Amino acid sequence: MESELKKTPLSSIHPQFGARMVEFGGWWMPVQYQGILQEHLAVRRLAGIFDISHMGEFFISGPSACEFLNHILCNDVRILQVGAGQYTLLLNENGGVIDDLLCYRIEDQKYLLVVNASKIEEDAAWITRHLPEGVTFSDESDSWAGFAIQGPNSPAVLRAALQESFELPARNHIACVNSPEGPLFVARTGYTGEDGFEFFCTASHAAVWWTRLLASAPQTGVVPCGLGARDTLRLEVGYPLNGSDLSPERTPLEAGLAPFVKIDKGEFIGRAALLKQRENGVPSKLVGLVMEGKTPPPRAHYPVLFEGNVVGETSSGSLSPSMEKGIAMAYLPLEISKLGNVVEIDIRGRKFNALVSKRPMYKPQPESK
Amino acid sequence: MNVPSDLLYAPTHEWLKREGDLATVGITDHAQHELTDVVYVELPAVGTSVNAGDQICVVESVKAASDIYSPVSGTVESVNDALSSDPSLINSDPHGNGWIFKIRIASGADLSHLKSPAQYAEQLGQA
Repeated sequence: MESELKKTPLSSIHPQFGARMVEFGGWWMPVQYQGILQEHLAVRRLAGIFDISHMGEFFISGPSACEFLNHILCNDVRILQVGAGQYTLLLNENGGVIDDLLCYRIEDQKYLLVVNASKIEEDAAWITRHLPEGVTFSDESDSWAGFAIQGPNSPAVLRAALQESFELPARNHIACVNSPEGPLFVARTGYTGEDGFEFFCTASHAAVWWTRLLASAPQTGVVPCGLGARDTLRLEVGYPLNGSDLSPERTPLEAGLAPFVKIDKGEFIGRAALLKQRENGVPSKLVGLVMEGKTPPPRAHYPVLFEGNVVGETSSGSLSPSMEKGIAMAYLPLEISKLGNVVEIDIRGRKFNALVSKRPMYKPQPESK
Repeated sequence: MNVPSDLLYAPTHEWLKREGDLATVGITDHAQHELTDVVYVELPAVGTSVNAGDQICVVESVKAASDIYSPVSGTVESVNDALSSDPSLINSDPHGNGWIFKIRIASGADLSHLKSPAQYAEQLGQA
C-alpha cells in the first residue's frame, strides 16, 4: 500500500512529469515516464536523469578509516587519492556478496559509500558490527537526495545546471562543492555504461536540483527516466544487480568481477574463500546470454538448458532495446560457460536458443562523437 | 481511455468486433496503457478451438507477460502477422491495426456475456 512505502523527496513531483509509480523494494518509485524503450534510447543517444534518492549514503572517517574499509571491502581502498572513487563489494566470511557499492575518498580521512537502497539497513548493521575504536560511521541516507545523469550529453546537462566555474570531475572521480542550495557531491560514475554522473544534494534541495538539471532539455535532450530503463541499460552492459545476479552465496569471482577483487592486498573479510577459488577455479560463472532471432523477452528465473539438461537459471533478463533482442545473465557451470556455446532458455514452456556471450553484451558508442 | 462505440468488451480488457459469424479481437486502450511498451506477441495458432474465457495467447511488455483470453467460443481463423515485426502496433493502434486474431464464432455461441461500450467504460471508472 502506497502509504506504507518509503518515499524520496521527489515522489510527489514525479507524477507531474508523467511518471508511472510502482512499489520497488519498499519504496514508491517511478518505473517509467514516457516509456521504457524511449527512455533507454534517450540515455544511449542524448541524456536521461534518474531519481536515485532511495540509495544509501554512508560516511566513514578517522585516521584508521582507510584500514577499516580495506578490511571490509574487497577492492584496494589504499590506491584512492582524495577525490577518487572505486567500485567494490562488501563480502561475508564465505566471500559471498552482501552488497556492491561505490567507495569515494572525499577527504584525506573521510569516505563516502553509496550503497543499494535494499541493503541500507543490512550494510549499516554489518559495518557497525565490525567498526573498530577510532573510526566514525554515519548513515546519512535520509539526509541526501541523488540523481543519476547518464548519456553522451550528460556533461552538458551538468554544465548548464552548475556554475560555469565548476570543473567536471574525471571518470571515477568525485567533486565536493558548496552551492547556494547546499553541499553537493558530483561523481563521474554510473550504472548504464555511458558517460555520466551521480549527483547528490541535501534532501531539502532535491526539487530545486531536479528542475535545474532538467532545464537544459531543449538543448541537451535530457529526459526523466525510471527504474525500468535503469534495468535495461545496466543489463545491456552486463552490470550485475544485487539480489538478482549477486547474492551471499556467490563470490565476486564467480560473478566475473575479478578486476575489483584485490586478493593480494592483505587480509580482508572473505579473502580465504577467494584464495581457494583462485587456486581451484570457480564452480560456475556469470555469463551473458543473447537470444537468437525474434523471441519473447527472457526474464529472471527461467531454466537454462545445455544439450537437453537444465544447468542453471537466468538471474536477470529483458529485451535489449539497443540490440532489439532478448538478453539475459546466468551462472553456468564453468565447463559450459564457453563463449559461443548454444544453450536453450525455457520461456514459459517453450525453448529458445541463446548464445553464451561476453559481458558487456552491448557496447555503447565511444565517448568522443 | 478510448472506448470505441462499435465494439464489445470482455471484463479482462479484450475487445471484439463482430462481422457475421467472424469476430476480430484485440486488447483495449486501457490494457495497452497498463502493459506499456509491447515488445512481443505470442500469436495463437490458426485452427485453435477455444471456449469463451480460455487463455488464448500472450502479450509481453518489457516488464511483464500478460495472458489474453478469448471473449467468445470458436476457432481461430487468422492472426495479425504484422505484430511479429511490429508489436508496438498494439500500443499505437489497439483497436485498429493492433488487432490480434480473427475467430470464427462457434455456432450457437452468443455474445450476451460481453459488455457494451458504456458498461466497459463504467468498469474503467469513466463516466
